[in-house]
Amino acid sequence: MEKETMTSPEKLIVIGGSSGSLEVLMNLLPLLGKRLPVPVIIVLHRNNQSDNGLVELFASKTKLTVKEADEKDILVPGTVYIAAPDYHLLIEQDKTLSLDASAKVNFSRPSIDVTFSSAADVFGKGLTAILLSGANADGADAMIYVKECGGKLIVQDPDEALVGYMPRQAIEQNDVDMILGVVEIAEWINTEFRD
Amino acid sequence: MTTNEELEGLLEEIIQYYGYDFTGYSRASLMRRVNAFYVKERCNSFADLRQRVLENQAFFIHFVEEVTVNVTEMFRDPGFYNTLRTEIVPVLATYPFIRIWHAGCSTGEEVYSMAILLKEAGLLHKAILYATDLNQKVLEKAKAGIFPMSQMRQNSENYIKAGGRHEFSSYYTANYNFARFDKALSDKMVFSTHNLVSDSSFNEFQLILCRNVLIYFDKDLQARVLQLFDKSLDSLGFLALGSKESLKFSAIAPYYSQIANKEKIWRKKR
Ligand SMILES: C[S@@+](CC[C@H](N)C(=O)[O-])C[C@H]1O[C@@H](n2cnc3c(N)ncnc32)[C@H](O)[C@@H]1O
Repeated sequence: MEKETMTSPEKLIVIGGSSGSLEVLMNLLPLLGKRLPVPVIIVLHRNNQSDNGLVELFASKTKLTVKEADEKDILVPGTVYIAAPDYHLLIEQDKTLSLDASAKVNFSRPSIDVTFSSAADVFGKGLTAILLSGANADGADAMIYVKECGGKLIVQDPDEALVGYMPRQAIEQNDVDMILGVVEIAEWINTEFRD
Repeated sequence: MTTNEELEGLLEEIIQYYGYDFTGYSRASLMRRVNAFYVKERCNSFADLRQRVLENQAFFIHFVEEVTVNVTEMFRDPGFYNTLRTEIVPVLATYPFIRIWHAGCSTGEEVYSMAILLKEAGLLHKAILYATDLNQKVLEKAKAGIFPMSQMRQNSENYIKAGGRHEFSSYYTANYNFARFDKALSDKMVFSTHNLVSDSSFNEFQLILCRNVLIYFDKDLQARVLQLFDKSLDSLGFLALGSKESLKFSAIAPYYSQIANKEKIWRKKR
């Protein structure tokens, strides 16, 4: 037990996105340092038919390990976890992942709100929540909670986003820490989380 | 919002009061649902929720119904049912009598799907489908065989994707907003409460389906339940799990082999 608590990560990045975010992520991932000392979770809305190969697609864009989030996976720094289609992704106190097939939230499963709040419960001020382009308000609600728990909020610049509705919602409803373009998001991550 | 300590305390008290043990459930999902229940039932405080759950059995049953996940549909994951139809049902056909167990069947959509597969293969007359769940309320719905008409489009789409070639609507009579399923299907079903945490093996089966139940359990409970299934399976029997569940880390894994096309179906080696 002792050893586990010492090696388990204190920090986590969760990135949420909807339509238009696929491209953003394809641009963002190559810019991330290859020895990122923090785990990254990506919750992307998509229609479940067309997403086969998303993990491979992302993996081709980065030196980081990319995998689909599986239940009981232990969060490992430098690994990128992609939320599985049709399941909500939650984080346990012991920093393992669990899946939940309960009703959609904001018409979405996986829902960004669900993962953001669960991550805030476990990581508190160690959480950085990043919301990208999208046409759905999913994510905006939980940002309040992320903030209450001491986490950081970053929103993609709505003018840069393909679909600005989602980040705009988030900015209107919350006290976000930073509004950044993709390149700046990557730079910020690389500076904030250094080996 | 509920704290971890409050939740742990409540789970312990529920064991003492009602004998239901939820301590082996994954906490993140449980916590999320307890919080949703708290809001929905307009509890004034956690103490209020606790008191109502512990002092009122009907309220407790409602609590169980709300904190467990009951979402289901017919022919959920059509590829899985297609494999049942093409790979597993033909093997079942070789038995003089077919016994199937649906553990955690919720409102029964999975059981009706299975019955339809068996009927189309001409095997339903020699089959019996045991359908169990810990939640009495979902079992009552399953037993009635009446489902909202609004779900029939999805169900029928799934049925077709799963290789169904009949008119899906021939299996039910539409009645205002409800679809009443053919009694010939439910005649072969036996519904009963059974708690995977505490109840033991009750028969031997050629096929056990337990789908989208284990993802809500922690590793230890998963291991125990898989042992229970192992005990309840005939030699060369099949165990079918949900699309995100697996035998990977389980002690029974060496005695099973997964079917070739990688659907979540395992066969007992002997
Ligand atoms: C998500 S549903 C799965 C329904 C169906 N098998 C499917 O895959 O669509 C999960 C069901 O497991 C039941 N369940 C949860 N804990 C259980 C336990 N300890 N024993 C038996 N059933 C349980 C719940 O009541 C719920 O109906």
